[in-house]
Amino acid sequence: MTTTAPRPMLELREITKRFGGVLANDRVSLKIAPGTIHAVVGENGAGKSTAMRIAYGFYGADSGEVAIDGEVRRLASPEDAIRLGVGMVHQHFMLVDTMTVAENIVLGAEPGSPFALDLAGAEGRIRALSQDFGLAVDPRAVVETLSVGEQQRVELLKALYREARLLILDEPTAVLTPLDVAGLFKVLSRMREQGKTVVIITHKLSEVLAISDRVTVMRDGRVVGQVETRATSAAELARLMVGRDVLLRVTKGPARPRETVLAVRDLGVRSADGSPRLAGVSLVVRAGEIVGIAGVEGNGQTELVEALAGLVPRERVDGRIELAGMEITGLSARERKERGIAHIPEDRQRRGLVLDFDLAENSILGVHDRPPAVSRPRGVWLDRPAILARAARLLADFDVRPADPTLPARALSGGNQQKLVAGREMTLPPRLLLVAQPTRGVDIGAIEFLHRQLIALRDAGCAILLVSAELEEVTALADRLLVLHQGRIAGEVDPAAVSAEEIGLLMTGGQRAA
Amino acid sequence: MSIFRRLLFPLLAVLAAFVVGGILVALIGDDPIETYQLLLGSAVSWPDGIGYTLFYATPLIFTGLAVAVALRAGLLNIGAEGQLYAAAFVTAWAGITFPHLSPWLLIPLACLGAVGGGAAWGAVPGVLKARFGAHEVITTIMMNFIAVALAGYYTQYHYKKPGDPILQTVEIGTNARVARLGRYLPGLPERIPLNVGFLLALAACLGVYLFLWKTKWGYALRATGANPRAAQYGGISTGKQVVTAMAVSGGLAGMVAINEVLGYRYRYYDGFSAGYGFTGIAVALLGRNHPAGVLAAALFFGALLRGGLFVDIFTEHVSKDLVQVLQAVIILFVAAEELFRRGAGRFGGIGRLRGKV
Amino acid sequence: MRDLFRIELLFSAIRLTTPLLLAALGGLYSERSGVINIALEGLMLAGAFTAAVVTHFAGSPWVGLLAAVAAGVVVALLHAVACIRYRADQVVSGTAINILFLGMPALLSGAFFASNGATPQLAKTQLLPVAPIVLAFALVPVTWYVLYRTRFGLRLRAVGENPEAADTAGIGVARMRYLAVAISGALAAIGGAYLSTGQSSLFTRNMSAGRGFIALAALIFGKWRPVQTMLACLLFGLAEALSIQMQGVTRVPVQFIQIIPYVLTIVVLAGFIGHSRAPRALGLPYEEKR
Repeated sequence: MTTTAPRPMLELREITKRFGGVLANDRVSLKIAPGTIHAVVGENGAGKSTAMRIAYGFYGADSGEVAIDGEVRRLASPEDAIRLGVGMVHQHFMLVDTMTVAENIVLGAEPGSPFALDLAGAEGRIRALSQDFGLAVDPRAVVETLSVGEQQRVELLKALYREARLLILDEPTAVLTPLDVAGLFKVLSRMREQGKTVVIITHKLSEVLAISDRVTVMRDGRVVGQVETRATSAAELARLMVGRDVLLRVTKGPARPRETVLAVRDLGVRSADGSPRLAGVSLVVRAGEIVGIAGVEGNGQTELVEALAGLVPRERVDGRIELAGMEITGLSARERKERGIAHIPEDRQRRGLVLDFDLAENSILGVHDRPPAVSRPRGVWLDRPAILARAARLLADFDVRPADPTLPARALSGGNQQKLVAGREMTLPPRLLLVAQPTRGVDIGAIEFLHRQLIALRDAGCAILLVSAELEEVTALADRLLVLHQGRIAGEVDPAAVSAEEIGLLMTGGQRAA
Repeated sequence: MSIFRRLLFPLLAVLAAFVVGGILVALIGDDPIETYQLLLGSAVSWPDGIGYTLFYATPLIFTGLAVAVALRAGLLNIGAEGQLYAAAFVTAWAGITFPHLSPWLLIPLACLGAVGGGAAWGAVPGVLKARFGAHEVITTIMMNFIAVALAGYYTQYHYKKPGDPILQTVEIGTNARVARLGRYLPGLPERIPLNVGFLLALAACLGVYLFLWKTKWGYALRATGANPRAAQYGGISTGKQVVTAMAVSGGLAGMVAINEVLGYRYRYYDGFSAGYGFTGIAVALLGRNHPAGVLAAALFFGALLRGGLFVDIFTEHVSKDLVQVLQAVIILFVAAEELFRRGAGRFGGIGRLRGKV
Repeated sequence: MRDLFRIELLFSAIRLTTPLLLAALGGLYSERSGVINIALEGLMLAGAFTAAVVTHFAGSPWVGLLAAVAAGVVVALLHAVACIRYRADQVVSGTAINILFLGMPALLSGAFFASNGATPQLAKTQLLPVAPIVLAFALVPVTWYVLYRTRFGLRLRAVGENPEAADTAGIGVARMRYLAVAISGALAAIGGAYLSTGQSSLFTRNMSAGRGFIALAALIFGKWRPVQTMLACLLFGLAEALSIQMQGVTRVPVQFIQIIPYVLTIVVLAGFIGHSRAPRALGLPYEEKR
């Protein structure tokens, strides 16, 4: 392949795509030059993945054209795109865990006759590709035994095996450790050297600056800028992405921490297969303060919160958890809730709500066995009028719309679902509130509302542990900030004084200066 | 969803099944209209039509409720058949072993045997699922065969009248018999085996409704079925709910024994159930896992079973097996409800039949 | 005498294994593609009834066998359409098929032969020779080869484990599943045909008597793998042969031998001996993304 061809490797012209009532892509146009690494950036829901999936033939556009090598093509399916040299690595790997690396790579493009697979031949080709691009992986290994980084290499090999000239990577670093990220970037550079074209979809600006030649910025389904990476800065990109000043403004007074509510010593959590996910974590949360947990996602945050909430089986938890001086390590989720631990989970749809239940029923999840859900302690009969009245109050107080307690939770938007969960948990009222990703997938108005509620709860004397992947959110809300890295606390910083670089260093396993 | 929409799909399924059945009848060489008149019309005469329809509906109410309760917890109980066999044997055993107890003691004891036997047989797959993750569909199927085989063994080797060629136990004591409704209802002859079991079935419908929607226990059970991860988050032990649901389900299925053993045959008899446990699946699905729906669906299937006898006698070619075919086709259409949704332009979200546990 | 008894028993076990093995291998194709097939029982009955009826009218068991295969495929496709196109619960749909073929043969034989479920007795010359036995056992290595050494097998396994991955690799998930379920119908029907026109010489009501479920049990016991599944079928076939031999001979109740397959399956499912892991996408409907 020649890298000097003036025609763009990929061009989208005026692409528009709707999902139901949502306009995901609004006249998106962009050009990607061959032999370059091109970043497509934007916030969640900006339409980046949709645009690239259209280029891969996974979705059809409602209008507009896709041109590959300068020629307009009709892509009815990924096969069409693959035939034209387009490959895609999805955010969630598309691998069959129980099959070998080689089997996964050849799947759908099998060598040999239909009646006799030539896996040996395929293994040879895979080894050659591994060599060429520095993608070390054993073709005979079973995929489920591989690390996440290795699985990503299998995905890359899958595309290369099909002779992709353009590789689209959707959020390739979301699940990687910093070491794996460095390795991936090395591979991507090597691909560029060999004449391949790479598109990475991401919302991490540091990565964009580190690896790409050119950047397309998207917001609300539209392309809002295309710039040379050399000629831009993180600040400019951020402004383009968000469309306003990036800094989240949270108005809050200084914290007045009182007695210790939560004390954790040497907490360890293992996953179901026995691998350690959290180790040696000790921390304290006092009444009237918000302790933030920052870190790259997948570094033990989920395990920490679930272990504190009592959702991890006892035998997978080590160490000691105390609530107001009393050990609760062995208590069930229900007993912890009774002692005043509330929890806003990171996945409201799968954890926090029963989508088929109505809002009133959802408003008593976790407290369904005590007043006011039942009319007296140890009562058996649900007190529906009391539940409805309380739910109506909750919906009004937390501005959940529509405020009809008999609607199923499924009918609410993400932001309103989150307000319902937050309202339920905040009005328990809790001594300790565990909050994970409180504003993920929530509109701006709801974000500000939820932030104000958290501050108010803190000022009312609740102890709050806040986990968020949004660095700005945790630094703005937290009174103290801990950074998790690979299941351990990498350091504690003062969120008011710390620089982004310093947190970034801790998040990626670098040593802290002082 | 409005009541109309809730009723629409089950009614469409029944209608579609009758169309398929009608074509079959015509192919076999009988008149579909006439056949359906026999099938449905013979259920409404007094006292025989209504009496027998209610009698045939009774076990189906119990098994329909059994399947519905399990489904509300996200479990498919294909084992109602085995549970009612286990229960029937235990019930007969109580009636045979304590024949001299006063009816006031013996009947409650035998009923307890019915509920307890079924509940125990149902709880086993529940425990296997909660503790070891064994899929309830497969274990309940296996438990069906084991129940029939074990009851058969005990009957054959320990409780059979010597020389009896039929695999059945000796009769239970007369003190263990529950009354036939004919004794109290003027105009209903006592030869019709409709008995107190039917009243218990009605009570069970009400009980299941109150349990599922008005108590905290029912809330926990339904939450487990609708979203087990959210249930755990809400402090509900989903493993306990799985066992509870299977035990309640088995207990309801076991109540069939009250109707069949204490109210009708007065003994355990190998093969006494005409697939009630499996028909219960059809009843629950057609009744949308709601006690009111289950009651209606069971009465409908009861009428078909009654009408089937007349089809057998009065048509030239078609036999009562038509009922079983209709049942199967109804299940297929209810299960493949999306067929009608696509036809009707897809309103509402796709209702999930079962949650994942 | 003792030796003769043993060889007799072995032959009997192999004969009794044959229908189980055919149905279990059929189930293997279906379940490896991700479609639960508890309809094996109904499919066997459909095959048994069709074979008996067609052999009676056509006079040749081979024509009967072919007709049984056709019937099995048609009924299996009914299950497949319900589950794949209309996203019916696979267990519920399978149960419906099972109930359907308790009733359907009785209904039809009533009309054809004025009997209540049985078909007319066939002459000895109208019965299948040992071919189904040979076929059943030959299909074990064939299935192994297909599963692990052919394109079809690779795709079949991928579709049953992770349909989304297969879909993005350009494989038609629905197409693969239709094919797999159709194969399961054909094989289970051959197993049924052997019951009515090989082992015996007529169809009787519910003549499979739970063999479809035992086949399913063997499939689970054999961890969804061809050779292990065959061994499980042999074990269950031997149990059945034993229970027949022992009838009236010993005082051990046959019921205790009859329940062996069911108890073993529960034991395996609970993970007491070894762990049996189902194909990951088993029972989950999949909507192709494109």
